Amino acid sequence: MTTVVCEQQESTFAGTPDGGGALWVSNTDLERATGFTLKPEGFCRVQLCVPLPRGREAEFVQDATGAEPKVNAAAFWRHLGNPVVHDKAGAHWVLGTATEARAAQLRSLEAPDFTLPDLSGRQHSLSEHRGRKVWLASWASW
Amino acid sequence: MHSELEAQNFTVIAVALDSRPEEARPWIEAAKPTYPCLIDVDHRLAELYNMLNVPEAVWIDEQGMIVRPPEPAGAYEGFRQMDRSVFKVPDEVAAKTAAARQTYFAAVADWVAKGPLSEHALPPDAAKTKLGAAGAAGPEVGQAHALFRLGQLLLRQGNATEAAEVFAQAARLHPDSWAIWRQTAPLDHRGFATGPEFWARVDALGEKRYYPKVDLKGMP
Repeated sequence: MTTVVCEQQESTFAGTPDGGGALWVSNTDLERATGFTLKPEGFCRVQLCVPLPRGREAEFVQDATGAEPKVNAAAFWRHLGNPVVHDKAGAHWVLGTATEARAAQLRSLEAPDFTLPDLSGRQHSLSEHRGRKVWLASWASW
Repeated sequence: MHSELEAQNFTVIAVALDSRPEEARPWIEAAKPTYPCLIDVDHRLAELYNMLNVPEAVWIDEQGMIVRPPEPAGAYEGFRQMDRSVFKVPDEVAAKTAAARQTYFAAVADWVAKGPLSEHALPPDAAKTKLGAAGAAGPEVGQAHALFRLGQLLLRQGNATEAAEVFAQAARLHPDSWAIWRQTAPLDHRGFATGPEFWARVDALGEKRYYPKVDLKGMP
């Protein structure tokens, strides 16, 4: 079993990738994990499509015309400029976000939304408080 | 603060950067909060807002726009002058720390009352400049956050050994983050990450601040 974490999404797939820093998954699983899906024009999410670099298609897609094409989620994520890390067994992966992408979000001054649980497990989002001033503070027991 | 100000269309959101929620529980229960107290085991908030330590706070207006970027929430580093054998700071330092806290929270109240007219609310350009300066970090910061997340995932799977390796790598890649280091550091006899390793790291700061100076009138 393979677990892939991307932003708020934690997805689990059958099987374990065969190593070498590649994460071959079905197109459906890619969409489940990242929201992106492979289309003729490239990897697409909502309005955005990222074309496959010419001549390097094999790094990103296997068996493109077959019944069950596979896409390399790790290679694609790195191609976007984002960090990709995994454990030694290749069973746990994090598709992270580039420092610069986070910084650009902050420079827009739009407070990044998040959803986190309270102690009873109830989920809260920052965006629920739109219309009020918010003092958003971190603390810790350590 | 929340109960004094909530009538003015305001809320506190307190987020515990704590991968051990049970450690946060007694503090939250003692505070009997009427505002959201959230648990952030993966330190998502630190990643999204580029927070380096606790307590840090961001001021967000009614439109969801950042008015003051993450900064120490009234914290002053008086603790660096404490007698480490008894965990006590000299009275005058304790007074300075308390005054800093008071000044900061008075500024929050002023902003809640006056909004953008408060002298403490940063104009958008100034807020952007501050966020830009803080965001000048290299790609290794994003890598460190990804590794921290992987470590938490491994911990939840019961793989503490590999998690520790991953956390050490994260702390090396993002040495300015006290949150990553302290969350994963050895705990002292009181259960806090304030053992000898902590003090060595604080001493290594030299003239550099542990809590960066808050750019707000009257803050030490």
